[in-house]
Amino acid sequence: MKYSYLFLFLSLSLNVTAQNVFEGQVHFFDDNKNKQPLEGATVYWDNSSLGTVTDKSGKFSLPVSEKFKILVISYLGFDTLKQHIHNYDNQQFLLTSNTDEQLDEVVVSKRKKTIQKSYFEAQNIVTVNSAELLKAACCNLSESFETNPSIDVNFSDALTGTKQIKMLGLSSPYLLITEENIPMIRGASQAYGLTFTPGTWVESIQITKGTGSVVNGFESMAGQINTEIHKPLSQPPLFVNVYSSVDGRNELNTHFAQKISDKWNTTLFVHGNQRTQKNDKNNDNFSDNPLSKQINLLNRWQYIDAQKGWVGFANIRYMDDHKQLGSLNFDPSIHKNSQLFWGSEIDTRRWDSSLKIGYVFPELPYQSLGLQMSYSQHDQQSYFGLNTYDINHQSFYASFLFNSIIGSVKSKFKAGVNFMHDTYDEQVVLDSYKRTDYSLGGYFEYSYDNLDNFSLVAGIRADSHNTLGVFLTPRLHARYVVAEKNIFRGSVGSGRRIANIFAENQPLFATSRTININSQSDGVFGLNPEKSWNYGLSYRRIFNLFSRPGDLTVDYYETHFQNQVVVDWENYREISFYNLDGKSYSKSFQVSLDYELWNNLDLRLAYKNYDVKTQYNDSFKQRPLLAKNRLFGNLSYETYPNDNNALWRFDTTYHQVGKQRLPNTVIYNNEFSDSYSLWNAQITRVFSNRFEIYVGGENLGNYRQPQAIIDSDNPFGPNFDSSIVYGPIFGRKLYAGLRYTIL
Amino acid sequence: MIIMKKLIIVTICLFSVACFSQEKKSKSEKTSIHVSGNCEHCQMRITKTALSQKGVKYATWDIPSNQLTLIYNARKVDLLDIQKAIAASGHDTDKFKAPDQVYEELPGCCKYDRQAEEK
Repeated sequence: MKYSYLFLFLSLSLNVTAQNVFEGQVHFFDDNKNKQPLEGATVYWDNSSLGTVTDKSGKFSLPVSEKFKILVISYLGFDTLKQHIHNYDNQQFLLTSNTDEQLDEVVVSKRKKTIQKSYFEAQNIVTVNSAELLKAACCNLSESFETNPSIDVNFSDALTGTKQIKMLGLSSPYLLITEENIPMIRGASQAYGLTFTPGTWVESIQITKGTGSVVNGFESMAGQINTEIHKPLSQPPLFVNVYSSVDGRNELNTHFAQKISDKWNTTLFVHGNQRTQKNDKNNDNFSDNPLSKQINLLNRWQYIDAQKGWVGFANIRYMDDHKQLGSLNFDPSIHKNSQLFWGSEIDTRRWDSSLKIGYVFPELPYQSLGLQMSYSQHDQQSYFGLNTYDINHQSFYASFLFNSIIGSVKSKFKAGVNFMHDTYDEQVVLDSYKRTDYSLGGYFEYSYDNLDNFSLVAGIRADSHNTLGVFLTPRLHARYVVAEKNIFRGSVGSGRRIANIFAENQPLFATSRTININSQSDGVFGLNPEKSWNYGLSYRRIFNLFSRPGDLTVDYYETHFQNQVVVDWENYREISFYNLDGKSYSKSFQVSLDYELWNNLDLRLAYKNYDVKTQYNDSFKQRPLLAKNRLFGNLSYETYPNDNNALWRFDTTYHQVGKQRLPNTVIYNNEFSDSYSLWNAQITRVFSNRFEIYVGGENLGNYRQPQAIIDSDNPFGPNFDSSIVYGPIFGRKLYAGLRYTIL
Repeated sequence: MIIMKKLIIVTICLFSVACFSQEKKSKSEKTSIHVSGNCEHCQMRITKTALSQKGVKYATWDIPSNQLTLIYNARKVDLLDIQKAIAASGHDTDKFKAPDQVYEELPGCCKYDRQAEEK
């Protein structure tokens, strides 16, 4: 694309007459760089009703008032000029605007925010786009939230290098994680599933605080995270990303896109990663991160017939992931099943396929039908020392949705049905567990918007589930705007799920703890299904301070469990699962501020406070391994692009993680962890639209949790435990990578 | 004469059929009209005004082309009434001109060029 730069000249020849009229003239440069008067430009005093339009010779006259100092001049295809008028001397203003030569497309030169908070929606949604994801270049979905204060990222254990996410103080099983609105990270994929979606595939992420919509099921208890994958229609023919880090991790992403016909487009995403190097910076003779190898292939097909109103997607995906962890000397071909060296291998193979068909009634743009179907097969074979854990999970999901209006587009509704069928087959050390879950549900969601200051989404669903029985799930979200730019939101809703106790707590296998299930009912694993209510309030204020935009958000959410499967790590010799007998809640408070400090220099600050308590068998106490206080800061700067679109990007993120309660073990006795801070930074050099390189570092302060593995010298002894992890295992990590695109 | 009478009757019948079919208006009439305005504030005001008319199901106003696309129940509301309401909110339409006083009170960015519209 070639842009011609057009210049809009505004010359103000001021004649302050007796009536205090402000006269001026607006010009622009045409394609031949000739100065021309601009007719029809809108000229007005900001925040006033005093406005006019320029005449044929570009001239205008406006009444002058003491109250109004900022003059705004706008015209389609040009950047709006906002100018503070200090004195009435002869002034000249220069405006540049990017429009293409035919003037048929307006290029908005204002930077799009990389994190967008909802304004019109009743729900509290934060949208993270791919530009934000580039701020932390590594590597997959589990690492995509490092620059986002809504989600907390923790290490799940000291061996697998897997990161676990938390929202509103609750871990990922309490979130509904969907991919293009199809439930994705659930069941068997709960532990490592986020690492199975490479970051470069992701187009955007939507994070909803609170229970969210009823459309995608009853399982969300604290929030929903939806990932949109790049659409074949908008993909460049070739994209290549290479990444390498000092800990020996190498990644290669290639995307090939092909236009088949006017209606069909396809993209093949190929991802491979491996780590071939064992690192032991903390000298415990255990590898700080696993040896790994992953192949991940996704083929997407997109069909679009805009005239007839049909859209469709078909996806097929295959993933093969291998991890080897444990002692530095461990060689699986020799030491597997022996007590010479402790080691572990986790092999996962996963097939995913999905089909989406949508139809928009050509004559009624507000009415549409949608059908989604997906089938996945997840097979994990693993052992941790002498503990075997295998899980096979097959899942089928179908959903039918109808969208329309009641009266007018101010009142819309969605109605539909979903069907879910899951079969699980688990081998847990010596025991095997098999089960089938299926449910059929119908929902109705009404939304009202007065197109001004009030909107509401009220949904209810009824489900019939083979073990949960027949039940209703109501959810309500409302938004009220006081005096434009002061937005209040409230939500209430319930959620239910069956705890997959082993799949969700896999770090337990890399310990010497005995598994103790306190079966009290005939539910799954003898435990009752989990049920909770979530309530939330949020206030957002959009403001201008020193003529720069800012955004302040205050959120408060509570999740109360009516029943929960308590995961009890308190006794260091065992892990117990039992039904909640008493109270369990999570209360979270977050205040975050976004502010543009200078042109292209953005600051994001957040403070989070969590109060998460559960009634354990022995007492009512704070959930372990959860920081009560967290501070977050992100500063990013981008230079202006030159003619080649070359620019620099700088990004730095700071996390302060408060002290965390540690369960008692041989080394911890009623203790709290240290508070620590993490500091990440990245520099990107964009050479053109086609090529860019980046270098960065994670944990630049080189903080490491001391004694991350308890009794690492004696891994087959009774005290071995790699699950009590509150901080990074590997210290400073430097990385570099490149991105190449053929347009 | 009989033939004449028959002809008249047939003609009347034909007319009444035509009239009847004209009476049977569409429940989802789709149309597009020109409404003057400039910016997103205008967009909000125009669509809100259109949608607050009973029987209007759908309204979108495109900023560059100034075209308002409407879907409305022609049995409940007349297009002229919708246009009247929009003009009353300050925006000139194909058929109606906004009262000068309302136009003058529009925020600065919505001061569309009225002279050009008149041409």
